[in-house]
Amino acid sequence: MLEQIKTKIASQQPLDRSEALFLMQETDLLSLGRLADGIRRRMHPEGRVTFVVDRNVNYTNVCTSKCRFCAFYTEADSASAYLLDSDEILAKVRELVDHGGTQLLLQGGLHPGLKIEWFEGLFSRIAAEFPQVQIHSLSPAEIIHTAELSGLSMPECLARLKAAGLASVPGGGAEILVDRVRKNISPNKIGWRQWISVMEEAARQGMRCTATMMFGSEETPEEIVEHLFRVRQSQERSGAYRAFIPWSFQPGNTDLGGQTASGVEYLRVLALSRILLDNIDNIQASWVTQGDKMAQISLFFGANDLGGTMLEENVVAAAGCSFRLSQSQIIELALGAGFTAARRTTAYEILEEY
Amino acid sequence: MDLLNRIRTKVETSERLTDQDALDLFACEDLLGIGELAALANRLKNGDRVYFNVNRHINYTNICVNRCTFCAFSKEPGQEGGYTYALDEIYAKAAEAAAVGATEIHMVGGLHPELPFDFYLEMLSGIRQRHPQLHIKAFTAVEIDYFSSISALDDEQVILALREAGLGSMPGGGAEILGASVRQKICPEKITGERWLEIVEKVHRLGLKTNATMLFGHLEQDGDRVDHLRARGAGGVDALKTLAISRLYLDNFRHIKAYWVMLGLKVAQVSLCFGVNDLDGTVVEEKIGHDAGADSPQTLSMENLIGMIREAGCTPVERDTLYRQRRVC
Repeated sequence: MLEQIKTKIASQQPLDRSEALFLMQETDLLSLGRLADGIRRRMHPEGRVTFVVDRNVNYTNVCTSKCRFCAFYTEADSASAYLLDSDEILAKVRELVDHGGTQLLLQGGLHPGLKIEWFEGLFSRIAAEFPQVQIHSLSPAEIIHTAELSGLSMPECLARLKAAGLASVPGGGAEILVDRVRKNISPNKIGWRQWISVMEEAARQGMRCTATMMFGSEETPEEIVEHLFRVRQSQERSGAYRAFIPWSFQPGNTDLGGQTASGVEYLRVLALSRILLDNIDNIQASWVTQGDKMAQISLFFGANDLGGTMLEENVVAAAGCSFRLSQSQIIELALGAGFTAARRTTAYEILEEY
Repeated sequence: MDLLNRIRTKVETSERLTDQDALDLFACEDLLGIGELAALANRLKNGDRVYFNVNRHINYTNICVNRCTFCAFSKEPGQEGGYTYALDEIYAKAAEAAAVGATEIHMVGGLHPELPFDFYLEMLSGIRQRHPQLHIKAFTAVEIDYFSSISALDDEQVILALREAGLGSMPGGGAEILGASVRQKICPEKITGERWLEIVEKVHRLGLKTNATMLFGHLEQDGDRVDHLRARGAGGVDALKTLAISRLYLDNFRHIKAYWVMLGLKVAQVSLCFGVNDLDGTVVEEKIGHDAGADSPQTLSMENLIGMIREAGCTPVERDTLYRQRRVC
């Protein structure tokens, strides 16, 4: 089977589900890494590892979704509940710009009181004061939630957000794009079809997106493969996705609990992602969940991008996982593995090489 | 012939690698290619078996007359945060270990300026008397040298006295990098590399086994190996490459151990696919690596160790300190 898979990969034919499952379950780690690394070299022959200077701003931790894997959310009447106002958010964006940042990832809970006007007001202020910042913000669940609260259709909601300054949609909330898993771990969140439909609509309106996968909770290997196939097919239809980011469930302080995925499991899923998603340009290593050492090793298992510097990150940290890396550490990490490093925009345009 | 093919032939025909081969491998950027060869060399020696043991570390004192620049554990006498366990505290920790089925006590500590040599003898014999089933793996060549200097005994007499009191074997610490120029920078007060080797060879002649270690990723790339090692950083790639090359070069070592305390659990597990066949033990309480900022947990349960090994596609085997198999898990 492995020989047949190698032949298909060499001639750039798509693999089927049983071949993907074979790679996931039966292929030794280094052979899997070799296949992924070969595709990474073909797609990124320049041997360059990219990253973006960004900040995650979580505008609220109040969330009606209450996903069982999440340690960040709180109830509206909880003592720890907060909602940042636009002055506070603007101050955070200014700090980002002062650090040379270009990407703003605004993400929050599904707040029961925030309608489209709140986001329009915020985005247009940010766009006016900091035109150099790309607003790479919200996620499909927030967009659907805002549309429903505001009595808009999802395409109308996206169009108004875009007009206010939204540049692209990050791929959060994908978790596993199989409704059996979603019903268990995030029963109140949108289903997989809705997630995909937001991204494809965003693409129709000229915004590009990323896609993620959170694995290591309650899914089966078959469901990981299904997730990757659904993203691949969506990319074929829409060309929506600039990058794919697999990361592992962080169990600390969550209702779901349990253990995090091991290093070997992470590399297997990462490599499989690179192999199956050869119609998506970039695969990001998740140093936030895996740490700097594993992120560096990931560069030999299919990853070509280290994501953002994340001046601020709260959601993964709430689950007890708090790796921090500075821009110079990210550059060192790429150089130390024999690559060059480059700072990029959200759209993967190169700003500076190191 | 291309480097990796040349090395593959040597591995398959059990031909020893030259120093130049090892340097060429360090200069080679094909991490997965090196890993595959190391995995092959390991498979020929150990099949798919990966060893671990159930042990407990006891770092009896952090007060140390040496000032190694890489160490965050040592304190000067009188400095805040300095500690020395009383014998009863040490016995209590050993008793905890025995109660949970440990087979090994791993003890290393600072070079304390006031504790007499008899303290160490009493510590060993006290543990042995209370828990004769526990193997005591303790002290490094650095401590043996120090004991010789504070006791008016020669090396052999020190080793024999420790063996008599219950010392079962020695870990391989204090080796750092054995080359003189690096050693001068990172641990100028510590015994030389030659002296380290002289002492462990004496220990071996007197019937005790030891490990050997290497502490890498500090200054050695700036030293005399700079031309070959480049600025590799101390990252995960460096760790995997160094473990893999250790497996390939040290053809007269059966076991290559990934010390998860320093590497982290994820990298340690991944290293099982890069020629490593041992994950050390449950440890329980470790101070030296953690004082230097290691983000690994303090302890691993046996179930965790077994799970990690299985998930890497290997067969877990519980061993004792001397690598005798206790059970296949």
